[in-house]
Amino acid sequence: MGATIAIARREFAAYFATPLASVFLCIFLALAGALTFYLGNFFERGRADLQAFFTFHPWLYLFLIPAIAMRLWAEERRSGTIELLLTLPVSTAAAVIGKFVAAWAFCGVALILTVPLWITVTWLGNPDHGVILASYLGSWLMAGAFLAVGQAVSALTKNQVIAFVIAAAVCFVITLAGSPLVQAPFSGWAPASVLEALTNLSFLTRFQAVTRGVIDATDLVYFASVIGTFLVATVAIVDHKKAD
Amino acid sequence: MIVLNELSKRFGIIRAVDRVSFTVNRGEVLGFLGPNGAGKSTTMKMLAGFLTPSGGSASICGHDVVAQPIQAKQRLGYLPEGAPAYPDMTARGFLMFIAGVRGLSGREATQRIGWAVERTQLTRVLDQPIDTLSKGFKRRVGLAQAILHDPDVLILDEPTDGLDPNQKHEVRGLIRDIAGDKAIIISTHILEEVEAVCSRAIVIARGRVLADDTPDALVAQDPDHGAVCLTVDAAVAETAIQALATLPGVIAARIEPRGPRALVLVRSEPGVPIVDAVREFATGQPWDSADHGTVRGRLDQVFRTITTDAA
Repeated sequence: MGATIAIARREFAAYFATPLASVFLCIFLALAGALTFYLGNFFERGRADLQAFFTFHPWLYLFLIPAIAMRLWAEERRSGTIELLLTLPVSTAAAVIGKFVAAWAFCGVALILTVPLWITVTWLGNPDHGVILASYLGSWLMAGAFLAVGQAVSALTKNQVIAFVIAAAVCFVITLAGSPLVQAPFSGWAPASVLEALTNLSFLTRFQAVTRGVIDATDLVYFASVIGTFLVATVAIVDHKKAD
Repeated sequence: MIVLNELSKRFGIIRAVDRVSFTVNRGEVLGFLGPNGAGKSTTMKMLAGFLTPSGGSASICGHDVVAQPIQAKQRLGYLPEGAPAYPDMTARGFLMFIAGVRGLSGREATQRIGWAVERTQLTRVLDQPIDTLSKGFKRRVGLAQAILHDPDVLILDEPTDGLDPNQKHEVRGLIRDIAGDKAIIISTHILEEVEAVCSRAIVIARGRVLADDTPDALVAQDPDHGAVCLTVDAAVAETAIQALATLPGVIAARIEPRGPRALVLVRSEPGVPIVDAVREFATGQPWDSADHGTVRGRLDQVFRTITTDAA
């Protein structure tokens, strides 16, 4: 436990030791704001909610989260520090969880920095704070799911760029699993239950349900189990490929 | 303290380490020698729990490295080849991180870090990012990390590689200082290092142990070890060698030219001291020189013989 915390603290500090943290936070906030006000028509909608803000999160995460996740293992492998880390008295699982917690906390920081939007909407009208809180929670959980996928991909390669591109591609498919783009190859022959299962696997479908204010335990369990599954996969990948 | 039993590692069809067995006890400093690709680093990585053995077993302080990896790693300080460290961290931050992972905190952590920093003479660069440090300092940060928790077992993969002679001297001094009650394995290409710090040496090539002895005993395997050496004028070297070859106990004599002078090396049968006989015989000869003494065998010669015979 102590080792996991030490690793998480180091990883979290590592984001701020390079310009990565500030670049990421600036771009995230700028894009989130721009999308909300221009594409989301925040004012024109004339409604006191943050739908216009949350709608774009899956698309922002699609390329921003792999950028946070890509360095997690690829960098350790390229610089050889993985040999140092994994010969310290920690289990691979503790290292994987420590890294995940750090990256997820960093996503949390990015989300917290968007709170002025919440304040704005409260000042302009009378929003349903429960829905907004749930949406934040849902967004953070979804960020965790993207991260878990990104971390698993990062463990596969020494090359951060490859880690980024593959993670973005995998996340794209999972996000859109409910859309015709992903469903088309299956729709001709696969039974309806398979298509429905695919739809249920989609980040987008789940996240839209949460942001509409419908908090269903299955959606939370879904994101938690995606995170869990990919963390287990990461442990297996790191153990298998650490010395390559 | 360190026990290897038929430890093996295969990569595909290549046997990188082939049934290596040895034991290192408390107080021993084992020099681990071998040509590049001999299996030194692979063996050390298996001991440190980074690579999983394909066969056999190894244990650190009684903890099997596969079955009880955490316990084994707690007792072990390991310096990986090239001394990797997180470049963005300062030396202090890095050592704090290692202390945290090793379960040290508060005053105990500060105290242990202080001790390791003093030992490795890092005080001056403690607050610099590691990627701005020279190679010598980086290596010392790696060493500080390995000794931080005062482990019973130290495994150092090429601890002096890339250091200048002064730094090498310091690192060797450090190893000697902390050796006392630890079991230490160091791998090296530098044979003088073995004689300087090791109480025992193992030579490995193609994954197999070819020699396991004290440095002195290995040196004695050099055919020239104990030979008598005379410096004479090159012009008379041939005469000298023919005369010396007739002495009882002498089995071979040869000339090594040194410009206008030449060295005459006279080998005896093993265990037969001939230096006095040679000195007595040489006195009064026209080719005599006052300069004679016995030769100490050279470890690099022994190393070459052992590792090339195996090929």
